Amino acid sequence: MRLTLNGEARDAVSAPMSRLLDVLREEFGLTGTKEGCGEGECGACTVLIDGAPVCSCLVPLAQVDGANVQTIEGLGDDHPLQHEFMKEVGAQCGICTPGMIMAALSLGENPTLDDIKVALAGNLCRCTGYAAIYRAIMKANAR
Amino acid sequence: MRTAISTLDVRSVATIQDAVAVMRDEARVPIAGATDLFVALNFGTLASRRFLDIWRIEELRRIAVNGDVLMIGALATYTDLIRSPVIAARLPMLAEASRLLGGPQIQNRGTIGGNIANASPAGDSLPVLAAVDATVVLRSAAGERRVAFNGFYTGYRESVRRADELIVAVEVPAVSGRQWFRKVGTRAAQAISKVVIAGVRDDRSVRIALGSVAPTVVRARRTEEALGAGASIDEAVQLLRDEIVPIDDIRSTAGYRRLVSGNLVRRFLADTQ
Repeated sequence: MRLTLNGEARDAVSAPMSRLLDVLREEFGLTGTKEGCGEGECGACTVLIDGAPVCSCLVPLAQVDGANVQTIEGLGDDHPLQHEFMKEVGAQCGICTPGMIMAALSLGENPTLDDIKVALAGNLCRCTGYAAIYRAIMKANAR
Repeated sequence: MRTAISTLDVRSVATIQDAVAVMRDEARVPIAGATDLFVALNFGTLASRRFLDIWRIEELRRIAVNGDVLMIGALATYTDLIRSPVIAARLPMLAEASRLLGGPQIQNRGTIGGNIANASPAGDSLPVLAAVDATVVLRSAAGERRVAFNGFYTGYRESVRRADELIVAVEVPAVSGRQWFRKVGTRAAQAISKVVIAGVRDDRSVRIALGSVAPTVVRARRTEEALGAGASIDEAVQLLRDEIVPIDDIRSTAGYRRLVSGNLVRRFLADTQ
C-alpha cells in the first residue's frame, strides 16, 4: 500500500482493513489525529483524502492506496487557523481541535457564520460552546 | 476497534466486470464508502470477514439522464448529489436529503448505493427513492436485472438482492409536481432520523414515503389512496397514523413518531396545496 502522506510518498504495511486512523497514529506515529467516538459522529479524527474531509476512523487503509492524505501535522505549526485557535481560545481540552481545523480547511475566504457551521456540522466540541471556534475560523479566513 | 483486523480479508476491484466475477465465485460483502460498515466493524457487531472494495469503480459514480430516466450510479456520494446540477434540476429533494445526512465527512464518503444496501429503515435517501418509484439496477456475472425500489426490501434489513449481485445504479423516472422532504432528528447534522418523509404531489396523485416508522422504508398506500378519493387532510393524517408501525427505541418512541408523522403529512399537504 502506497500513499502520499503530508506531501511525502510513504509505504504502509498495516493490514489492508486497518482503519486509516490507526495506521496514522500507530504505524506513522502521527498522533495529532485523535479518536473520539470511532463511529463517524464526532469528527475528531478528520483528515483530508484527496482534499476532502473524511473521518479516518471509517476508512480502510485499502481505500487510500494511491491517495493523497493530509493530517494536522501536514500544516506545520504556523498556519493561520492554528494561531487563531490559540488566540481566540478555540481549543480547551484540545481533542476536537485537529479535526476542527482539518474540516475548516475546506472553507474559502471570508466565510459567513452559516458557511462555517455547515463546514463544521460533522465536528463536535464539548468544551467551548463553539463560539470561540467560529471566531477563530472567521479571523483566520478573513482577507 | 473491537474486530481483529488481521482476520479480515479484502480484495479491491476497479471495474464492475471484475466485481461481479469475484462475487460469483466468493462470498464477499461489498464496501463502498464504509461509513456504515466500519461502524459495525469498530463495534464488533459485523459477522462478515471477507470484503470486496468497490470504491475505485469509476463507472459507478456517474449521474446522468437517459431519455426520461435519471440514472444515479451506486457510488455517487452525498456530496456528488448535493453538487450535481442534474439532481438539482430533476430531484431536488434528494439533494436536500443529502445535505441533512451526516456532516461533510460522511457526505464525502457515503454513497446512495450504500444507503440502499445497508437497508436501514432510517436511511435518509430511501423515502425519496420510494416516493418517486425508483428502480434498483442489480448486476451479477449472469446479467442485469431491475427491481422496483418499493419491492426491494422484504423485511428489517433484508432485501431481494442476492449475495452475488452488486447494486450498480438507481433509476428515477421523470417526476412531475412538487417534491417535499423533511427529516426530524435531534439536530440537523449527524443525527439518525426519528422520522423522515418524502412526498410528491401533482394534479393527479399524492405519493408519500416514510422512514424510521416501520421495519423498512414504507409508502403510505392507504393514505395515498384515500387522498386520491377525496379524503380531507384530517382524515389523511388519521389514516397515516394508523397505517405506520413505529416502535420505541433509543432515538424516539412509537407515540412520538406517530404524532410527528401525522403532523408532517399535514404540513406536506398544506405546503403543496
